[in-house]
Amino acid sequence: MIGVVDYGMGNLHSVMKALERLGSEAFLSGDPAELQKADKLILPGVGSFRDGMQELKTRKLDTFLTSWKKDGRPLLGICLGMQLLFEASEERGETAGLAFLPGRVRLFPAGNWKVPHMGWNQLTVSKPDHPAMFGVDGGHVYFVHSYVVELGDAAADVAHTYYAGMTVPAVVAKGDVWGTQFHPEKSSVVGMAILKNFLHHKGGPSRD
Amino acid sequence: MLTKRIIPCLDVKEGRVVKGVQFVNLRDAGDPVELASFYDREWADELVFLDISASHEGRETMVDVVEEVAGTLAIPFTVGGGINSLDDMKRILRAGADKVSLNTAAVNRPELVREGADFFGTQCIVVAIDAKWDESLRSWRVYTHGGRNASAWEVKDWAAHVVSLGAGELLLTSMDQDGEKSGFDVNLTRTVSQHVDVPVIASGGAGKKEDFYEVFTDGEADAALAASIFHYKETSVAQVKSYLKEKGLDIR
Repeated sequence: MIGVVDYGMGNLHSVMKALERLGSEAFLSGDPAELQKADKLILPGVGSFRDGMQELKTRKLDTFLTSWKKDGRPLLGICLGMQLLFEASEERGETAGLAFLPGRVRLFPAGNWKVPHMGWNQLTVSKPDHPAMFGVDGGHVYFVHSYVVELGDAAADVAHTYYAGMTVPAVVAKGDVWGTQFHPEKSSVVGMAILKNFLHHKGGPSRD
Repeated sequence: MLTKRIIPCLDVKEGRVVKGVQFVNLRDAGDPVELASFYDREWADELVFLDISASHEGRETMVDVVEEVAGTLAIPFTVGGGINSLDDMKRILRAGADKVSLNTAAVNRPELVREGADFFGTQCIVVAIDAKWDESLRSWRVYTHGGRNASAWEVKDWAAHVVSLGAGELLLTSMDQDGEKSGFDVNLTRTVSQHVDVPVIASGGAGKKEDFYEVFTDGEADAALAASIFHYKETSVAQVKSYLKEKGLDIR
């Protein structure tokens, strides 16, 4: 059973529908007691980092997710949900994140490109053997974001893309905490493959 | 590299796709869900649904359509037409659309753009701009009500204004070119694209695959939208995309 964390940040319908299409049983909840019953969690979300952290805290989901992670249970963050896995963001003032992964979130630099980074961009796979990448050897996925993660540890880079003169982390992972900057539920076959890999991933005590 | 997007547009009236979509191999060419899947399989990058229902019942039906499309489609889609309030946006986005497109309602009350962006994020808010060359302005004028009413806005000013209010993307239709099939309005597209820092979708005038190349290069468009040339199979999304790839553009 997949728990999709509902913390009031954006449209969760597409994620639920994608899980349904993949034949997965999923439920939506913002209540730690309910989410505790799930085998795996997905933390989706669009909106600002600051609001996102605030909403998690209001529902005591920050402490819940921290203990979930400590138990080595699988978690997938999507878009804002991925950014919240990192240490901090400069979006609308310095805000501390969940700090499950080392790194910071910053605004794309200004230049001869458009922000947000919106549309289909190509994945470059750094770790072809990572379970998230099973059956995926590149391809395009759908991004919508104005802030970008600067990884504190290159080992977390599973796949990335390039935009605004930067390497943009696209799939990140540390142990059973995974994240995608793009929207797998909107990324056609490649996105569905990655979601499926998460659904099939056997979690366990943290291995790194 | 971020790819250039090809976006088929479907007109939906009372829950059915109209404008005589000519497909073989479809059980029901009027079914929005079936057509959405067709374009998804054709490798469309995104879809736009334009609700042209005249009635309240038709609008209600659109919510069901959106819900069903969202359940089958694994690419982003935008819904426009008849969205006049924050409540309208909520209904459509909660039903599973990724973006809503505002046109006349934004001109009537620009604050609606800000309210939508504050509530859902700028990435959800597309402003559709219908523009027509105006000799007295020496520029393009913005029109509303499906092109029937002239507004007081010059297109660059309006584009910059809605972006400052939180529009995440502009869907720019050339009324001069729309339906002519003689190519997109490259000057209009480039003028707006250079003036704002959000993606611009060019629309109106697509007649052949070369038109897409022109609007992506000279026109500096980020995406291009077309309806009839895809619906009437004059060319296909896949053919346009493979042509653009051959020409060296970044295409999914």
